Amino acid sequence: MAGFTVGDVIAERTVHLTRESLVRYAGASGDFNPIHYRDDVAAAVGLPGVLAHGMLTMGLASSVVVAALPADARLIDYGVRFTKPVVVDPENGADVHVLAKVGAVDETSARIDLTVKAAETTVLVKAQLRVAL
Amino acid sequence: MREFARAVFADAPQHTDVAAAQAAGYADVVAPPTFAMVIQDLTLQQLLAEPDSGIVLARTIHAEQRFTYSRPIVAGDELTAQLSVTGIRALGGNAMITSDATVTDAAGEHVVTATSVLLVGSDSEGEDA
Repeated sequence: MAGFTVGDVIAERTVHLTRESLVRYAGASGDFNPIHYRDDVAAAVGLPGVLAHGMLTMGLASSVVVAALPADARLIDYGVRFTKPVVVDPENGADVHVLAKVGAVDETSARIDLTVKAAETTVLVKAQLRVAL
Repeated sequence: MREFARAVFADAPQHTDVAAAQAAGYADVVAPPTFAMVIQDLTLQQLLAEPDSGIVLARTIHAEQRFTYSRPIVAGDELTAQLSVTGIRALGGNAMITSDATVTDAAGEHVVTATSVLLVGSDSEGEDA
C-alpha cells in the first residue's frame, strides 16, 4: 500500500450518536451496563448523564479509518485511552468528531493518529491505529 | 457480526457484503477491528464472576484498550479466548488491572490479543462507574 505521508489527513467524519445508537451497541456487543441507557442509574452513580460505551467511541473511530483504507488493508494494532466520557442527551444526542492523520511511517507500517472529540472535548487520547504497508 | 458493524458505524463493504469481502481476499465478511472486545468481554465476565476477584462493575472504569492483530476475524471463525491478568498496580485507593485476552482460531493460530486496563475503585468509594 503506497502513499502515506506524515501529516496527511486520511479521514474525517462527525458521527451523530443518539440513545438508539447506545441501545444498538448494547445489543450488538452484549454490554448492558445500565449507565449506557438509564438516566436514573447514571445519576445514582454520580455521572453527568447517560454515557456512550467507551468501546462504541473506539469502534466508530476505527470505522472512519477503515472506510478510508483499501478493503484488504491489514491492521497491526489499535489502542486508545479513555479520558472523558461522551454524554448522550436524550433529545439532542451527541456528535463525535473523528480526525485521522498519518502520524508516522516506517518501512513496514504507517501509524494513524486519531483525534476524537465530543463537544470540543477530547474523549480518547493516544488513539493510534497501525496499518501494514 | 453485521449487527456489530452497524452498531459501530462500520460502513466499509467488507463488513457486510460477502462478495466485497471475498474480492478483498477474505473467506467471508470481516469483523470491525474492535469486535474482539465481544470475545474478551465474555472472559472478563468470568473474571468478574469469581467471588474473590474484588472487581465490582459499578466501581470499574475502562481506562485503556488495545488490540494486537495477527489477522482479522472473519465470519465462520471458531475462536477461543484465554484471559490472563498481566498486571495489578495500586493507585491511591484504587487498583489498575491489566488483562490480556488471547484469541486463537480452530487451528490454534493466533488471531488477536485484546488488552484491557480497568481502574477498579475501592470499597470506600462508591462514585465511580
